Amino acid sequence: MNIKKMKPTELIMHVLTWGAAILTICALIYLIGFILLKGLPYLKPSLFSLTYNSDNVSLMPALISTVFMTFLSLLIAAPLGIGAAIYLAEYVRREGRFVTFVRMMSETLAGIPSIVYGLFGMLFFVNALRWGYSLIAGAFTLSIMILPLLMRSTEEALKSVPDVWREGSFGLGAGKLRTVFKVVLPAASPGILAGIILAVGRVVGETAALIFTSGTVAQVPSSALKSARTLSVHMYVLSGEGLHMGEGYATAVVLLVVVVAINALSASLAKKIGAGDK
Amino acid sequence: MPNGDIMNKNKSFSLEILMRGVFLSCAAVSILAVLLICLFLFANGIPGIGKIGLLDFLTGTSWKPNDIPASFGILPMIVGSCLVTLGAISIGVPIGVASAVFMAFCCPKNLYKILKPAINLLAGIPSVIYGFFGMAAIVPVFGNSIISACILLGLMILPTVIGLSESALRAVPEQFYEGALALGSGHYRAVYRVALPAAKSGVMAAVVLGVGRAIGETMAVIMVAGNQARMPKDMFPIPKGLFRGIRTLTANIVIEMGYAAELHREALIATGVVLLIFILIINLCFGDTLRRKKQ
Amino acid sequence: MSCFDIKNLNLYYGDFQALKGINMNILKNNITAFIGPSGCGKSTLIKSLNRMNDLIENCRITGKVELFGESIYGDMDVNLLRKRVGMVFQKPNPFPMSVYDNIAFGPRTHGIKSKPQLNEIVERSLQDAAIWGELKDRLGKSALGLSGGQQQRLCVARALAVEPEVLLLDEPTSALDPISTGKIEELLLTLKNRYSIIIVTHNMQQATRISDYTAFFLLGEVIEFGPTENLFSMPVDKRTENYITGRFG
Repeated sequence: MNIKKMKPTELIMHVLTWGAAILTICALIYLIGFILLKGLPYLKPSLFSLTYNSDNVSLMPALISTVFMTFLSLLIAAPLGIGAAIYLAEYVRREGRFVTFVRMMSETLAGIPSIVYGLFGMLFFVNALRWGYSLIAGAFTLSIMILPLLMRSTEEALKSVPDVWREGSFGLGAGKLRTVFKVVLPAASPGILAGIILAVGRVVGETAALIFTSGTVAQVPSSALKSARTLSVHMYVLSGEGLHMGEGYATAVVLLVVVVAINALSASLAKKIGAGDK
Repeated sequence: MPNGDIMNKNKSFSLEILMRGVFLSCAAVSILAVLLICLFLFANGIPGIGKIGLLDFLTGTSWKPNDIPASFGILPMIVGSCLVTLGAISIGVPIGVASAVFMAFCCPKNLYKILKPAINLLAGIPSVIYGFFGMAAIVPVFGNSIISACILLGLMILPTVIGLSESALRAVPEQFYEGALALGSGHYRAVYRVALPAAKSGVMAAVVLGVGRAIGETMAVIMVAGNQARMPKDMFPIPKGLFRGIRTLTANIVIEMGYAAELHREALIATGVVLLIFILIINLCFGDTLRRKKQ
Repeated sequence: MSCFDIKNLNLYYGDFQALKGINMNILKNNITAFIGPSGCGKSTLIKSLNRMNDLIENCRITGKVELFGESIYGDMDVNLLRKRVGMVFQKPNPFPMSVYDNIAFGPRTHGIKSKPQLNEIVERSLQDAAIWGELKDRLGKSALGLSGGQQQRLCVARALAVEPEVLLLDEPTSALDPISTGKIEELLLTLKNRYSIIIVTHNMQQATRISDYTAFFLLGEVIEFGPTENLFSMPVDKRTENYITGRFG
């Protein structure tokens, strides 16, 4: 396209479109650059000591809690989400009232703000079930939050499995269960895994839903019933205290690295699905 | 209609039936979850609203939980949430849609390979990190203010808007665009006058999701908005008023829940109820728009 | 002796009647070909012989189908029926697993777990499908890496691995090149001594080359059914004659 030959209106639109895209790219670069610039100087070995005190402001306990939290929430949500998706994708022949209702509810769940999840978790898991501020209360809260994401991504992965494989399996006399578990699920596994990794991203990045469910204790929890803070909550608490902003930015760098890794992993898996289709 | 259908479709092993039940129960969990969430929030929030009075709660202009007598009016926070959402949309949607046009129609292939993952990354960055970025990069320029919150939220909804608008634009049949070119219209005129209107429902879905995200966002807003409960009359004269702080519904809950007790606590939960109702209304009104985008 | 005895079979997809009063007697250890223009019901009929139509919503069937005297729509277990009546599909559909696991899938489904026994079944099935020589060194490799023709013969082997009594083939060569098609046809001729074979084909030459009996379908009805030689050399019905001489379809 030759810019000089453009009509004036075209030229204006050209500039605006490219401008918007450049602005978006610059914002991302600026954001990441800024976090690195502010955080890298504070990224010291003491930040990774096993116990937290106000001298070292260690992020290690928070990192370990994040791993626990992620693992626990997936343990709860993944079977439910995958089971629900199997029902929706493999067992439902016609979209009846129940299925429409399930879809509506899972869309509603997807739209609920995380602070509302936090309130619910506090009222239900922390108070009503008397679990107190604990890893497990946080994990249950988050598992409801990531459920719609897991359901949708798994359902899409299942629907991308060609029907000829199901037919082939039924044709050999295999029942529904065997077909689902031995043929369909393995074929859909990269897509399901990509969804699970996105869910991990949500858990790792979540703050508002955790402050009033898993609490903000800065040490490695000794059991699932103990309070613990994840990396994101750790950052929020540091920002509130205002005394260790440098360490806060260093924590942001670590969190950013985790998120970039998660994104890259999910993308590479998603690519695998595309390759497996032929 | 034929009689004597001879197919016996329900004959299978008990394990098959059992597992079908298990999968069905899994699907029912999302219904249960929504019910529980509504039940617990309403049960804990509505008594508080009853004591304060619905009208005083929703339209009261002062939030002074520690005064005697205390006043619990959340109108400033409702206004705050609406304002920052409006601001975020008016910043994020034009830039987002134009970026989506760029991605779908103007982007060189090599650049796209970098740009697409970058946008996905933008969507995956946790809100606390946005908050830290806002504190260091936006607040020094614009202060803890409405305008900072709008800019930051606008940035945060960008990936949602770009992603959905782009896929909507790509779903527009090529012939529309080509047809416009064949009539002698320029590249951008064809895109903005023909392709973009054809993708309208997808772009609408993107805006609705953006609104949902902006209203619900908590952590990033708290870190840059100043958090003073304020009524619109304080925001004049524009633009000076826009550099004052503001408090959203979400911020109200997080900031005070840690130490609130009794009626104050109930009022905060009731704030959550209002937020939840907002979201439910949006879902109810625009559910069709959101669902259509998938087809 | 007949393997399938079809009596007054009607099949409906919703309000549409896809099969109209089919009566057929399909003989054991023969190759029977179903021919006819697309949409004539030949694929629908073959799929109702192992009840693959059960998977389709709104599908209703009346009438009777007997496999060696047993009604297949009665008390017979569907999965067991499909073990006795194997099927090869139009498009090769090997599962995304190794060659070995593809063949072993069926036997494992029906409860065979011992490794030596599975090894033996895999080798025998591949040999029966005349593809053992090509694949014996790549049993552990993904079946998706094979050529289209190899994939289809693998699918035949996979169907044979559960020791069916009848083999149904739904246009098995329509997605293959002439050489692969030739190999499949040869294979079917060697298999007919041990199995009863029913093949749907859009290719009349293929029917004349390999089948003993041929049925001509039109708009959900069997127009003519008889020994292949007779049907192609002196068709009784005018419509059959028109079709085989190429006037429509």
